[in-house]
Amino acid sequence: MALLQITEPGMSAAPHQHKLAVGIDLGTTNSLVATVRNGIAVVLSDENGRGLLPSIVHYKPDGGVDVGYAAQGAQATDPRNTIVSVKRFMGRGLKDVSHIESMPYDFLDAEGMVRLRTVAGVKSPVEVSADILRVLRVRAEASLGGDLVGAVITVPAYFDDAQRQATKDAAKLAGLNVLRLLNEPTAAAIAYGLDNASEGVYAVFDLGGGTFDISILKLSRGVFEVLATNGDAALGGDDFDQRVYCWILDDAKIRFPSIEDTRRLLLKAREAKEMLTSHDEAPIHAELGTGEQVDLTLKIETFADMTKTLISKTLGPTRKALRDAGLTVDDIKGVVMVGGATRMPQVQRAVAEYFRQEPLTNLDPEKVVALGAAMQANVLAGNRAGADDWLLLDVIPLSLGLETMGGLTEKVIPRNSTIPIAKAQEFTTFKDGQTAMSFHVVQGERELIADCRSLAKFELRGIPPMVAGAARIRVTFQVDADGLLAVSAREMTSGVEASISVKPSYGLSDDEIAGMLKESIEHVGDDVQARNLREQQVEAQRLVEAVEAALAADGRLLRAGERADIDEEIASLRKRIAGSDHRAIKAGIDSLNAATQDFAARRMDQGIKRALTGQKIVEFKI
Amino acid sequence: MRLRGKLQRLIVIPDFSQDFFALFGLRRAYHIDAAKLDQAYHEMQGRVHPDRHAHLPETERRLSMQWATQVNEAYRTLKKPLLRAHYLLRLAGAETDHENNTAMSPAFLMEQMEWREAVAEARAAGEHHELEKLMQRLEKHGGEILAEIEHSLDAKKDYAAAADAVRRLMFIEKLEHEIEDALEALENQ
Repeated sequence: MALLQITEPGMSAAPHQHKLAVGIDLGTTNSLVATVRNGIAVVLSDENGRGLLPSIVHYKPDGGVDVGYAAQGAQATDPRNTIVSVKRFMGRGLKDVSHIESMPYDFLDAEGMVRLRTVAGVKSPVEVSADILRVLRVRAEASLGGDLVGAVITVPAYFDDAQRQATKDAAKLAGLNVLRLLNEPTAAAIAYGLDNASEGVYAVFDLGGGTFDISILKLSRGVFEVLATNGDAALGGDDFDQRVYCWILDDAKIRFPSIEDTRRLLLKAREAKEMLTSHDEAPIHAELGTGEQVDLTLKIETFADMTKTLISKTLGPTRKALRDAGLTVDDIKGVVMVGGATRMPQVQRAVAEYFRQEPLTNLDPEKVVALGAAMQANVLAGNRAGADDWLLLDVIPLSLGLETMGGLTEKVIPRNSTIPIAKAQEFTTFKDGQTAMSFHVVQGERELIADCRSLAKFELRGIPPMVAGAARIRVTFQVDADGLLAVSAREMTSGVEASISVKPSYGLSDDEIAGMLKESIEHVGDDVQARNLREQQVEAQRLVEAVEAALAADGRLLRAGERADIDEEIASLRKRIAGSDHRAIKAGIDSLNAATQDFAARRMDQGIKRALTGQKIVEFKI
Repeated sequence: MRLRGKLQRLIVIPDFSQDFFALFGLRRAYHIDAAKLDQAYHEMQGRVHPDRHAHLPETERRLSMQWATQVNEAYRTLKKPLLRAHYLLRLAGAETDHENNTAMSPAFLMEQMEWREAVAEARAAGEHHELEKLMQRLEKHGGEILAEIEHSLDAKKDYAAAADAVRRLMFIEKLEHEIEDALEALENQ
């Protein structure tokens, strides 16, 4: 986009340049979109004034899709085609999903990620999530009156690589430019910390609909530094509903509920749970498909008793996070509660007891993540004002490693390392003349490969034949600021180099994404070719303008030959823009980008230096 | 990196060609001002971090990620005492050679075996409290070795002695990890 904007980091953009950016909390139960308007983060509501969008997607026989409140009613009437809590399936295979027996869906165990067979065809969890995100994007664009520059999408801190990749893919599929994947507790800490001007070490206890995170953060002078994070990517409010549901079946002696009844009773279970946040007992009335009546009363003590083990499951990760941070409960200045499930009194009691202090609940636990994400999106989009100069230093939640001999893992990047991070490890051949080597990338803390999550398998070929032990194969792990991993391998000794980058096998391949994108575009009756061409033309035009502005401002940073190369690339791209081949334009964009790489670096460097010294540098010698 | 060569003439910020101490404006020594390191680190990440460049084209975003990665690596190396000692030895051309040099004194190895047995016993018996006590003793012991390292590196410039102490500390840290694993395993039961 615009090289033009680099010049002065730390300087605020002119008001008319305010870019539209949003933060999206893609939740298990509810999703929200928020933005910063006139310097204040606000949740954007639908036309009925409702901020929350239930994360429910109903696929209809006519190909139509209902999302949110519109899909809510279909849960009990058409459970097979009404997907709730899809977040639990993101980046997950069938064997990873718990309570599958009480789920009404027609599962398909596909390579990598589970799929759902619906009346509208087979859907991947990525597509279902994209349908939710699309509604939020449209809401935001309507509300803000323009196209979005980008979005920050939040993910549970304990999400592994596959789950993060799936989330990013869903956002892309929904037509969003992902500025950053942001960990939910960190987002909450931004909203909370900036609101209260807090300093010191805080714990963020985030129990959502389907995930649990605990993050320990140090807040000091505008720096939010995550010291450690832990959690359970399959523990949340849904599990409490599940316990109540089982109790109902037991108490009402229902042996084989239909899928409709299951959904109906799960809804009743949730209602009862919610009622118990402010009452001592909750009545449960339901009429089953058979005409049978369910008429029960759930007492708060009974509820607390049946969910005790769930609450104790949050304490293990909490202890581990504290230990990894090298701290004890006495070091924690405050505990911020996030997520709808923290409304349950017994959760608040357990947290208060463990940390020996009352948790902080002064920000709405259901909105705080979206608000923090909006603040971060505003900064990332380049709308920074002087006061917004905060810095986030986040970590990777789970160790990354490689399989070694005997099915063991070798950790390459340990958990709770600050990102971005890169680590290289060298390996050698064990046979004379060996020309290939295979690698298995895993994530997790356990010693055995079988207990970790398999992220990718790949092979490095074309190693020149050498005696055993002579080759030096360097495997590099790079984790970016989204917490996403890229792995490459390269043979170092010979002049010959071979390298490969892998995408996790649990994610979708680029081809799959392209296919889905094409499908969704066709679905709305658009012409793919025309759209591609238009998009590339706009992108190319933007780039040309940006480079020209940069040349006008800082052309002196280039030597004559470098300048000529760039001018030539610009001329070539201009010609392509006038044509009708979107691939040629894309190639031209890539080529101009490559040609301006060093120039961009010098400009960044200069901008950084200016910001540092607080004065403009007039003359620059190369 | 091709880029680095070209940019050096431009007073690259940060200048990754210098050692990590110089990068953060610290004196090259084992004893460091931790607050100053933290401050320099935050200040530097404040400039190079990908969040500062998220609105820029891919090239700039990639550069920013590479810079931030290097700053993180430099910080981690200086922040952790064992890594810092290792790094100082490397800068002084006195590698610990810990992969080949495993010759430790018999007394030390004996002591290691005793520690190891104690950890294994406590783990087998599920004695959470005992493991924590062992951990405390080890941490105290590790602290003593660190003081020894500091003295060898900063006062005496005796790199051979420092390298020996670093090798011993690596054993201790490995034991600490084993205790952590044991504690975690007990908690997961």
